[in-house]
Amino acid sequence: MSPNAILDAVRAALGRSEKEPAPDPPPVRLRIPDVSLESRIASMTTSVEALAGRVLRAPTPQHAGRLVRERIANQNAVASNSPYLDECGIRGLPNVHSGITKPDELQKLCAAADVGITGVDYALADTGTLVVLSSPYEARMISLLPPAHLAVMACSRLLTGLDELFTLLPDPAVASSSMVFITGPSRTADIEQILVRGVHGPGEIVIILVG
Amino acid sequence: MAGAFERKIHETLADTRLQQAVYTATGRLKDSRLAVIAPHVLPDYQELRAHAHLLKRHTVDHLDHYLEKFQRNVESRGGQVVFCNDGAEVTDFVLALAKKRGARLIVKSKSMTTEEVDLNEHLEHHGLESVETDLGEYILQLAHERPYHIVAPALHKTRYDVAEILTRRLNAPHETKIEKQTAIARAVLRQKFLAADIGISGANFLVADSGAVVLVENEGNARLATTLPKIHIVVAGIEKVIPRAQDLAVFLKLLARSATGQLLSVYTSFLSGPRRAGEIDGPDEFYVLLLDNGRTKLLPDSAKRQSLYCIRCGACLNACPVYRKIGGHSFPWVYSGPIGAILTPQFMGVSREPSLPFASSLCGACAEVCPVKIDIPRVLVELRADVHQSEARQKRNRLEKLAFRLFRWLMQHPRAYEWAGRLAASLANSADGGWMRRVPVLLNVGPVRAWLSQRDLPPPPSRSFRQLWRQR
Repeated sequence: MSPNAILDAVRAALGRSEKEPAPDPPPVRLRIPDVSLESRIASMTTSVEALAGRVLRAPTPQHAGRLVRERIANQNAVASNSPYLDECGIRGLPNVHSGITKPDELQKLCAAADVGITGVDYALADTGTLVVLSSPYEARMISLLPPAHLAVMACSRLLTGLDELFTLLPDPAVASSSMVFITGPSRTADIEQILVRGVHGPGEIVIILVG
Repeated sequence: MAGAFERKIHETLADTRLQQAVYTATGRLKDSRLAVIAPHVLPDYQELRAHAHLLKRHTVDHLDHYLEKFQRNVESRGGQVVFCNDGAEVTDFVLALAKKRGARLIVKSKSMTTEEVDLNEHLEHHGLESVETDLGEYILQLAHERPYHIVAPALHKTRYDVAEILTRRLNAPHETKIEKQTAIARAVLRQKFLAADIGISGANFLVADSGAVVLVENEGNARLATTLPKIHIVVAGIEKVIPRAQDLAVFLKLLARSATGQLLSVYTSFLSGPRRAGEIDGPDEFYVLLLDNGRTKLLPDSAKRQSLYCIRCGACLNACPVYRKIGGHSFPWVYSGPIGAILTPQFMGVSREPSLPFASSLCGACAEVCPVKIDIPRVLVELRADVHQSEARQKRNRLEKLAFRLFRWLMQHPRAYEWAGRLAASLANSADGGWMRRVPVLLNVGPVRAWLSQRDLPPPPSRSFRQLWRQR
């Protein structure tokens, strides 16, 4: 395991010398289309529904909280520590565990939960994708271990697509050790190319757009 | 080895069920891809391909620079980069770390790179349990087989095969409903995830300026394997590096579209180092093993170097008329299809399977669908030249040389050419469809006979162009 041996072989093969600088890479290619909020909402809805996810609209955070309460009635839920979920009155619901900061405790709760509730950092309208960065407010497991994922977000976080996201976050590693894109429910087509949802991650995804 | 390739091809051609399965599956993947690259869906598809090619070319041409940058940035985020020459060094690293941490159970997400070095077998040989967690890969691990296709590894298995495998290996109830089979695998694998000490993944991209690893998947197993265990080990080829996170806006638009016809795969994870202060979950330790395993051998030749641009989407397999007939297991190594036909001879040496670069009609379908515009037919032609230069092949070439000498002579002697044409036409007239087959002597031997067993030349017209010209 000698780092230099492999890098030396690479340099020798390419005819380059040690510490030889590289010219600038081809320019960054990011093009952001001009799309109105209404069109983004429409596109997000169509894309998510095409993947068998659901999109619900809520005019206010309080309304979103009510939608969540109805959806998780008689179920066991884990919610992230997102301040936005607080604003919606979700973290304080009686059948919701929230405020967890220890990974082992969170893993136990998520493994037993029926629903995981998170906020999102952004969503990408053209592909129906949720973007979640790991932080003290958002853990990775909540959108992953329970069989259903409920995401609550303000419409203002709806971006056009990847190009806009990478314009806003030129280097996501600065903000977090983990950024995940979630595009619909977990799925597989590994046996006879028959689509099955919920193979390892949630088989059900519901997105509540607020505002 | 040479015999095995031919034998497997014939076995696959004779298996009508398998023929149907491969043809249907690749056909469906082909159609799905076409639907999402259509101009009204992705108007700048061709521009994206051209840009992706430029990015890959630039990175591979300055690979040492980007690898050093990647290493620096991973380390600045608290991860560790280890360069490995071969599979043995990968295994040694994992074994040593497992021993130090008292780790027993490893969960693995799908990775062609670890298939290259048979990582599971080596780890299990040393007493660790290493479980594949992608549904298709898990089934194949239970069946002790290697992937049939880069993105659809268990493409050749029916639900009845799967039922049989799950019953035999897991004592699960015999179940032929695919949903229920998936649920059985989910339940078994969920317990493995919750108990695992180490997660091993591959990487679709290594981002130099972020020190990040990007994983693309549909099931969620890669997320689980890289989130729950305390240790995450990435095993990736050195060619996977790209300059900037922003370049993902180009590559991610191409990868899922080309692979499965999705706009994006269900999960894309962008992971940079271990869990940070304040973050609630994620691994405490993060290692990236950068594997050479023969890749540096592809670098000196600037034409063949482009083989390293591959992003493993599998589109060339689905488009290839040869792959669609002979299937994935006919190929001598883990990479199959057109990309396998150029990677295998370069990684393993052309003598491993000298006929591999010739198992192509050079129709160009692979180059047409390649999202990073690798000119696979050109590399195949270069590899054919390499094979010819190798001595073993020289000996088998006498017949071919003789045939070409005859051809040259005929082309230089118009009267003889015309006479040969007339002879062929008269034979064809007396034939019932196939006519070459009836040519009795010399020609119907060896490779000619093999060729004729599947097809025949269209019969020549009864009167040649020259005859018509004279009588005009």
